[in-house]
Amino acid sequence: MAIERSINWGYSISRPRAVDMDANEHEAAARLLRKLPELQACITCGSCVATCTAGNLTEFNFRMVHTLVRRGEYKGAYDELNKCMLCGKCRLVCPRGINTRAVVMAVKRILGEY
Amino acid sequence: MTEKVIIIGGGVAGLQAAATLLELGLKPVVVEKTTHIGGKLNDWHKLFPSLTPASAVLAELKSRLEGVEILTGTEAAEITPRSVTMTDGRRMEADAVIVASGFDVFPAELKEEYGYGLYRNVYTTVDLERMFAEGRVHLHDGTAPRRVAFLHCVGSRDEKVDQRHCSRVCCITGVKQAMEIKAVFPGAEVYNFYMDIRMFGPGYEEMYREAQENYNIHFIRGRISEAGETQDRRIQIKAEDTLIGRPLKMTVDMLVLIVGMKAGRSNGALARCPGIELRPSRFAAPADSFCSNVYSGVPGIFYAGTVTAPKNVGESINEGVAAAVKAAGYIRSKP
Repeated sequence: MAIERSINWGYSISRPRAVDMDANEHEAAARLLRKLPELQACITCGSCVATCTAGNLTEFNFRMVHTLVRRGEYKGAYDELNKCMLCGKCRLVCPRGINTRAVVMAVKRILGEY
Repeated sequence: MTEKVIIIGGGVAGLQAAATLLELGLKPVVVEKTTHIGGKLNDWHKLFPSLTPASAVLAELKSRLEGVEILTGTEAAEITPRSVTMTDGRRMEADAVIVASGFDVFPAELKEEYGYGLYRNVYTTVDLERMFAEGRVHLHDGTAPRRVAFLHCVGSRDEKVDQRHCSRVCCITGVKQAMEIKAVFPGAEVYNFYMDIRMFGPGYEEMYREAQENYNIHFIRGRISEAGETQDRRIQIKAEDTLIGRPLKMTVDMLVLIVGMKAGRSNGALARCPGIELRPSRFAAPADSFCSNVYSGVPGIFYAGTVTAPKNVGESINEGVAAAVKAAGYIRSKP
């Protein structure tokens, strides 16, 4: 006996929110880190976001985007990074000397296909 | 004739080395470039985590120095295992040398974006320590601060000022001073902006927890990217609250920069001695970091204290003992 799919049970099932490190594809992130190994040195201090003009006006959060990419969460990263105006203030304040603008460009180039 | 050991630096490590050499029956000579011994302890008010007055520790160290020759206002220019030449040209022979020349406080004005030296209500932890010691903590105009922000890691872990190392003791210093501010101004709001809180010593983590629970210090995870002065001389700061993922701005009455340790300028003179190596941070590199922390790699030259790396007062004093014992052993093993 088939169960009617249209039946309203009064609840729905949420998709798991966990970052699924088993299911995620990591090759694009690995390519990014081969290109810009200094990104691994990020201590997530948030200086880049604090100084970011785009981030002060929109939901854009560079630190969050590159961290998600490094976990294999690529969806939406390209569009998010389109909010970046490449002004480079983040690079001026980064205590770890990360070329943040190069990160923006590299992620867009590598994830263009996603 | 009693063998002579020259100690470069009259801070805690050097004074402890001198006292230990005296106990071992040797003749210590302390060479101190400033006008008085005691080093940075002269500038500190109370020591973490016990809040012991720095003056009490200094008094105890000084009480053990009877018979020690102390040359103040004298700076070493060239060091060899058998002699030290001073900047004024004087030369002194020795049977061994202990280098306990310490560190420099990171000059906060190099982080221009925080406005130290430009904005009147931006201070460093060193300024605050002096204000506590003098018993008058207040803003530039003499009033009491109602909102204070501390910023961790100023001049530490920061490539932009060529200070890549962690200075270790600043985390606990910032927490200690945040509590001291609350003790003086119970009504003040105190915020500590941090990247990582590194509580490495006994009692430090407990002090951090006390700051959170009993002193209501607010900890915000994010580095302040810049500070600006408002028209009424308050300080506006910007950071990302990284745990929320949103930019944050805030106006405070007082911004305290928790400054780190920079390798001593005197390490340059030390490095001219053949065989002496400096780390990339320009702190001196000991022969190894396990069994030979107080060995320089050059027989007859020993290290004690923060000449080799950021250390707390207790660790520096312990190295004073270790370096003195090893120097005595070196002298006695010579044919």
